[in-house]
Amino acid sequence: MTRDAAEDAIATGPAAAPEPPPQDAPPVVEIRGLSTVFGKGDEAFAVHENLDLTVRRGEILALVGGSGTGKTVLLRQMLGLTHPAKGSVTVLGRPAAEMGRAGAASRVGMLFQHGALFSAFSVLDNVAFALREQGTLPKDLIADAAMVKLRMVGLKPEHATRSPSDLSGGMIKRVALARALIMDPPLLLLDEPTAGLDPNSSDEFCELLRELHAALGLTVVMVTHDLDTLFALSTRVAVLAEKRVITSGPPQEVTRFEHPFIQQFFLGERGRRAMAPAPSAPSAPPAAAAPGQEA
Amino acid sequence: MYGFRHADGLCADVSARPRSANIPLPFVRRSSVRPAPSPLFQRHRFRPASVPPPSMSDSPPRIERIDTPEGPVAVLHGRWGAADLGTRRTWREVSAQLAQHAPDAGLGWDLRSVDWLDHVGAQLLWNHWQRQWPERVALDDAQRDMLDRVAEFTVTDRLPDPHWSLAEEVDRLGVKVLHALGHGRHLLELVGQLVIDLASVVRAPRRAPWRDISGHLYRMGATAMPITAIVGFLIGVVLAYLMSLQLRQFGAESFIVNILGISLIRELGPMLAAILVAGRSGSAITAQIGVMRVTEELDAMRVMGIPHGFRLVMPRAVALAIAMPLIAVWTTLCALAGGMLAADIAMDVSPAYFVQALPNAVSFSNLGLAMAKSVVFGVGIALIGCHWGLRVKPNTQSLGEGTTASVVNAITMVIIVDALFAIAFKNLGI
Repeated sequence: MTRDAAEDAIATGPAAAPEPPPQDAPPVVEIRGLSTVFGKGDEAFAVHENLDLTVRRGEILALVGGSGTGKTVLLRQMLGLTHPAKGSVTVLGRPAAEMGRAGAASRVGMLFQHGALFSAFSVLDNVAFALREQGTLPKDLIADAAMVKLRMVGLKPEHATRSPSDLSGGMIKRVALARALIMDPPLLLLDEPTAGLDPNSSDEFCELLRELHAALGLTVVMVTHDLDTLFALSTRVAVLAEKRVITSGPPQEVTRFEHPFIQQFFLGERGRRAMAPAPSAPSAPPAAAAPGQEA
Repeated sequence: MYGFRHADGLCADVSARPRSANIPLPFVRRSSVRPAPSPLFQRHRFRPASVPPPSMSDSPPRIERIDTPEGPVAVLHGRWGAADLGTRRTWREVSAQLAQHAPDAGLGWDLRSVDWLDHVGAQLLWNHWQRQWPERVALDDAQRDMLDRVAEFTVTDRLPDPHWSLAEEVDRLGVKVLHALGHGRHLLELVGQLVIDLASVVRAPRRAPWRDISGHLYRMGATAMPITAIVGFLIGVVLAYLMSLQLRQFGAESFIVNILGISLIRELGPMLAAILVAGRSGSAITAQIGVMRVTEELDAMRVMGIPHGFRLVMPRAVALAIAMPLIAVWTTLCALAGGMLAADIAMDVSPAYFVQALPNAVSFSNLGLAMAKSVVFGVGIALIGCHWGLRVKPNTQSLGEGTTASVVNAITMVIIVDALFAIAFKNLGI
């Protein structure tokens, strides 16, 4: 497949990608001149230098970049779990350092890469935790609300009493998503939402996220290596390289940007496979599609 | 859809609608037949405009009752979100207001003045409506979607509460007994495996994990020296002071050497050291191995064909078997030093006399007994630590329980073994 053909495939693209929000939507996350430095003294190394990024309400922003370009660190910056060496991170109009204060669950939801479920609690207790910690709402209401969220992410009522160690990888992600969404936060951060899922679960998970985005009007920032997820979900892609965001825009535009990483990431064999709708891609052998999935 | 007949303009811009109380609301009556709910998320609409800013506002949820030609209507205002409902004062007010507006046939509901409704708020309303649509309700599309979702996914039949029954309690007791037997069996297996592993070390000493053993020796032995020294010294000082008060009454000051010598060398030194090490290293062993279980490192080792007994249990047992007697001697020496100092200050028993009289007061076999006891303590602590570590299940609660059980069991074991030694060797060295 030639480069032009690949771009055509992107332009027609998978039809399901959500509509981007209007350009003047208010910003939810604003990062200005961010530097992140790890280590001290001679061993210090910068992960981000003078990085700027704005996420507007209603966007689904995908962060991509090679290993060690600080994608997860950027999410942690937005959550206030890592502190900037320089620059500012503003989330929902307040400094990110204040994110962890009481009531954080109603402002932001985070889906950690490995779920980070509380292993001492049952599935339902995990989901209900933030509501229960408020200490005012009646038990029945909390249990009902948690059960509704569980069923929204596609789990069955009988899963509610299981403990997290008895769940499969896909179910852990779903429970973690239900937990992140329990207070209907306006901002959702996802770290590798489909990593470790089989192709089928991964597709279902994308579908679920798209439905939730449409239904709840969420703003989503996700880190992903999975090109299928990226093309199916994101309204905008931001590419991290050289310690900053080298370009950002709709997936189609970003793939045209001249940079070695982007060329290799999007226009390698896997990228073309992901961009082309599977049935109409003569150059993609059907047998190769399955191993192409992120394991 | 749901038997609603949509009046035109019902879902129009909420803010533009006049809010004065007496204008009749375009209420819609539901037909009596309720069709099955449509599949979830059928409508892919993006509604950023209808999502208000998420910041906490000062518009608490409240209910206003107005009368229309069609009957009374409860009009909802403010933010009906989890965070807003979750403050104690707001919740009290809202639940009181909801109680005043019991869902009966005559009452209509108007949600269109609500600033923000989330799933928890919707759940609250749905439960208040006794999980059925009120006859007259006015809401916008987004709110209807949300209530539809809540309605569809609310589980009507509650999970049955576990109820008490004698048979189940007996069952539980039986399970506990079997568990205890299981622990005993596993410990026995560990001991057997340790003997086999030691035999294989003797047969092929070059293949033994000497680096592991040396590392554990340092971590569990050498780094325990400061704490055991401080504790031992202070116990020695305290013992000598207390004894001096009693001995002075009988004029038997010089017997302080015998009392301290026998009690510290034979009993207190090894015991103190073992209890400290049980708390320090026993918990560390359990936590280390337990975390390896949580992170699947134990499974990885097994897959590579590396036996747990040989690489995890045996090095720790050997290291503690070597380190424990040495720490016991070290603790005893520090305690004797403390006692010597206190005897000098409190009773004028000079250190020179103390050192000179000690060999006559305490026979050498006491020291041998203390060392033998310490070896058993060391192996026991290591095995109990490994046992609880290997039995940890992959969750944090089990890790905590295992560590606690390990320390408690190890200290109990030390005291029991000490008693057994005291009985078995009561004729030796005294």
